[in-house]
Amino acid sequence: MIAAVIALPALSAALLLSLGNRTNKFGPWMAIIASTSSFLIGFLQFLQMLARPAEERTAITTVYEWLAVPAAGFKVDFALQLDQLSISFVLLITFVGTLIHIYSLGYMSHDENQRRFFAYLNLFVAAMLLLVLADNYLLLYVGWEGVGLASYLLIGFWQHKPSAAVAAKKAFVANRVGDFGLSLAIMTMFIVFGSVSFSDVNEGVAGAPAWVSLTIGLLLLLAACGKSAQFPLQSWLLDAMEGPTPVSALIHAATMVTAGVYLIVRSASIFNASEIAQTAVVVIGAISLLMGAIIGAAKDDIKKSLAGSTMSQIGYMVLAAGLGPIGYVFAILHLITHGFFKAVMFLGAGSVMHATNDNVDMRRYGGLSKVMIFTTITFFIGYLAIIGIPPFAGFYSKDHIIEAALSHSWWAGAAVLFGAGLTAFYMTRMVVMTFVSKPRWEDDVHPHESPLSMTLPMIVLSIGAASMGIILTNNHMFEHWLEPVTGFVEPEPPLPIQTITIITLSVVAIGVLAGIWQYRKIAKVAPKKVSFVVTAARKDLYGDVMNEALLMRPGQSLTKVLNIFDKSVIDGFVNGLGLFTGGISSRLRKSETGYVRSYAMSIVFGTAILVIVLLIVRL
Amino acid sequence: MNPNAYLVLSGIIFSIGALGVLLRRNAIVAFMSVELMLNAANLAFVTGARVWGNLDGQTAAFFVMVVAAAEVVIGLAIILTIFRTRNSASVDEASLLRW
Repeated sequence: MIAAVIALPALSAALLLSLGNRTNKFGPWMAIIASTSSFLIGFLQFLQMLARPAEERTAITTVYEWLAVPAAGFKVDFALQLDQLSISFVLLITFVGTLIHIYSLGYMSHDENQRRFFAYLNLFVAAMLLLVLADNYLLLYVGWEGVGLASYLLIGFWQHKPSAAVAAKKAFVANRVGDFGLSLAIMTMFIVFGSVSFSDVNEGVAGAPAWVSLTIGLLLLLAACGKSAQFPLQSWLLDAMEGPTPVSALIHAATMVTAGVYLIVRSASIFNASEIAQTAVVVIGAISLLMGAIIGAAKDDIKKSLAGSTMSQIGYMVLAAGLGPIGYVFAILHLITHGFFKAVMFLGAGSVMHATNDNVDMRRYGGLSKVMIFTTITFFIGYLAIIGIPPFAGFYSKDHIIEAALSHSWWAGAAVLFGAGLTAFYMTRMVVMTFVSKPRWEDDVHPHESPLSMTLPMIVLSIGAASMGIILTNNHMFEHWLEPVTGFVEPEPPLPIQTITIITLSVVAIGVLAGIWQYRKIAKVAPKKVSFVVTAARKDLYGDVMNEALLMRPGQSLTKVLNIFDKSVIDGFVNGLGLFTGGISSRLRKSETGYVRSYAMSIVFGTAILVIVLLIVRL
Repeated sequence: MNPNAYLVLSGIIFSIGALGVLLRRNAIVAFMSVELMLNAANLAFVTGARVWGNLDGQTAAFFVMVVAAAEVVIGLAIILTIFRTRNSASVDEASLLRW
């Protein structure tokens, strides 16, 4: 039954891609139905799971024997593991995914390749579901690569734009670096534990030496950095905004980029066994959350600003996942609430772009609240949720992460608190520049509200963004729900919880006020004279420059050296051998004079020598 | 019977033939020298047959004669053809087949 969740969107994607233009008319609807039925089946499974007691909720379904090499003791089944963690993801992916399918119906209605777009969306949903439902790392890797492929195809969906094609390539390459880490981790698991299934690895880690969990942990962290756009592999996410906005909302905000967090939480036993790996995760999360927030605060492109925010929020999740059992639950909680509020804001951004002739420059927005009432309200709910105003969703998840971080160490706590202030600042900036301030529209722009197919998903998602926090944390429901899978330890922060909440809210208030004050007047063109921090942030904190200096240039030099080596040594040897043989033979050829007598002489002397040799040998 | 004298004679005739092939340019003479070599070999064969008292050597000598006869037929035909086209029977003139 659970296999159908993956099979339906996969089948729909296969049909749409293989039947081509014949499916143009009903294609988008078929894709929406596939995604919706996936959600419904997932929801049924969820209800069935609720009916069982907490300890019996994990169910493993073996679909078929996938790979088996008996001689090497290697056996991997195509098996799906349905437990509290994976069903949470299934519901998030299919629910947000379905809404974004519906949104795309309006957003992509003028695109002649609409069918292909929906096929890729379905492909993505299927791959992402495979990723979260796999019961072993190898099958997870299939889904991992699948979402990477879908992401590549969708970023480059408008491949006639060179920038989109380049961004797609960049995302693919950056992801390959992370994938390399994951494949090495899987190989290490097989060598050390002789199996790649979650249960065997979990059992094996307990008795394994420390270096094993450290190595695997760091490799998995590298994988998570690639997929989740964390430092130092973050640079692709900002460029990924070249893709259509629903893609940015679904893949590069709500679901795919959180796969790294899933991987870390799923590998909890490995990280629990290695304190160094955990600290590395926390450090990476802290760096990323601050970097993302700083970048998000400087960008004038609304989607890039949101992308910086995504990187920052995933930094929160990664940091929480690095805290160990006190953080896993909150990482996933924040992941789910973020899925809602970030999706609604991306869809809002898409709606704004739809209204302003696909302009992304926030300096040419302003005053849109008067003409786009649904977009404004839903975006504002997303805004309140992300900066963490109670009772909106982000407040609950972020507050818990701050508590957990404070009980871990002062620096992690300081990073998340400062990040919360920055989040409030850049989100306020975005709302002020887009919806509140005086209109600074281009001359031929006549903003209008988007069609129902676009506003409806935004409304549904904004309800989630508003209420998910209360619903999930009510009575510690979510902690109890995930505890059997990830374990849970109540955080013990050094300060009373009320004090932390008050501090957090004051930091957020400072951020909001700073944002309002800073952007009371907005120039239509970005000011040139800015501090070096803003300059750096506008250039993605030199992420590309760093990649270029550290990876690209040395890579190119290495290629040059290898090329010279190839040309001179390898080619030199092969060509030299040829020239040598050719030279010898052209000299030997001269002995073929055409004179019968010289041939006769060589025969006579040859025979004479032969006879002499034979005589000597016999003597 | 002592075969030494026969074998020495056979060696001398063979050497004369070989030198003839190597040194003379005239195709007919070279051809005759080849015949000399063949017959020197024949002499050695026959001597051997006489020494061992069986017919193997004789048989071989007959074979050589037959082969020599066939060779003469073909060889003379080739020499004649070359002479017709080039007006010369020199083996050094017919040296087109080379590098």
